[in-house]
Amino acid sequence: MSGPGSRPGRDDSPDRLYTLTGGRSRAGTDSPFDLVTLVVAESAPVPGMQSEHAAILRMTERPTAVVEIAAELRLPVGITKILLADLLATGRVSARHPRHQAAVPDLELLEQVLVGLRNL
Amino acid sequence: MDSATSRASAPLGASASNGLKIVVVGGFGVGKTTLVRSVSEIRPLATEETMTQAGAAVDDLTGVTTKTATTVAFDFGRITLDARNVLYLFGAPGQERFWFLWDRLFSGTLGAVVLVDTRRIDDSWYAIDRLEKHGTPFVVAVNDFGGPSFTPEQVREALDLDPHVPLVSCDARSRESSKLVLITLVEHVHTLHAADRVRPSRQELV
Repeated sequence: MSGPGSRPGRDDSPDRLYTLTGGRSRAGTDSPFDLVTLVVAESAPVPGMQSEHAAILRMTERPTAVVEIAAELRLPVGITKILLADLLATGRVSARHPRHQAAVPDLELLEQVLVGLRNL
Repeated sequence: MDSATSRASAPLGASASNGLKIVVVGGFGVGKTTLVRSVSEIRPLATEETMTQAGAAVDDLTGVTTKTATTVAFDFGRITLDARNVLYLFGAPGQERFWFLWDRLFSGTLGAVVLVDTRRIDDSWYAIDRLEKHGTPFVVAVNDFGGPSFTPEQVREALDLDPHVPLVSCDARSRESSKLVLITLVEHVHTLHAADRVRPSRQELV
């Protein structure tokens, strides 16, 4: 596919991505993270921590969506989810998952969205 | 050029707890990123997802030379709605070969905006077909490129659009105009869900 070379991850060799995740490459359908799951750091980076993990902890002092973390790290979303899963498993971050589910109408939430949009 | 600030200077509030998604779909060059930019509080960011055509998972990176991993870039922006709710807007490529990305983006989305250029109206057919099959609520927004204008009836007919689907015209460069498109979508979703509540059987279609 054609596209600008400046896209995140585009110039990264697969080897680098492979190394980042310790060889794991699957953050598939069972990943607990949605693109818009908000991630919050529960601890500060510690010396010796993998640099991407440390970067995530600094970035998520305030709630930050998975997709924003991926863009900031310039890594594909799937790789970012693997890194986040590591941090979640060790309690270094917490995750605020989206409330909205398409099959479950939540009129109150939709009304909140409308108020927010109209106030823009 | 960008009036919006970069992400670094616009962190979310500590109480933000609920991310919401709206997807903007349409053909190449139809103005998806322009619309996202005009309403986003952050400079639109790009990221990408790497997937196999099967769409089941990130591809096995060690076998990348022998597998058909596809990398899809997409843009997104952000709107803080209130202390808890944050809306993310995704500009998604509308071409058929990206269907596997769509399936992921659409999961849990509030709804979609199909952005249409009347000069290339057939670019939108696939998007609409896909959304209908998904049961994803959507509105159609005709981005005004100053070309020949068509009546709403002509556009509806050309798109074979279901009568209940809202059709609006917009200028994706305008914040107010793009905002109205989003409001039209959320009102539409609200109407559908309110109707669901009255007629629970409709749930099965979603």
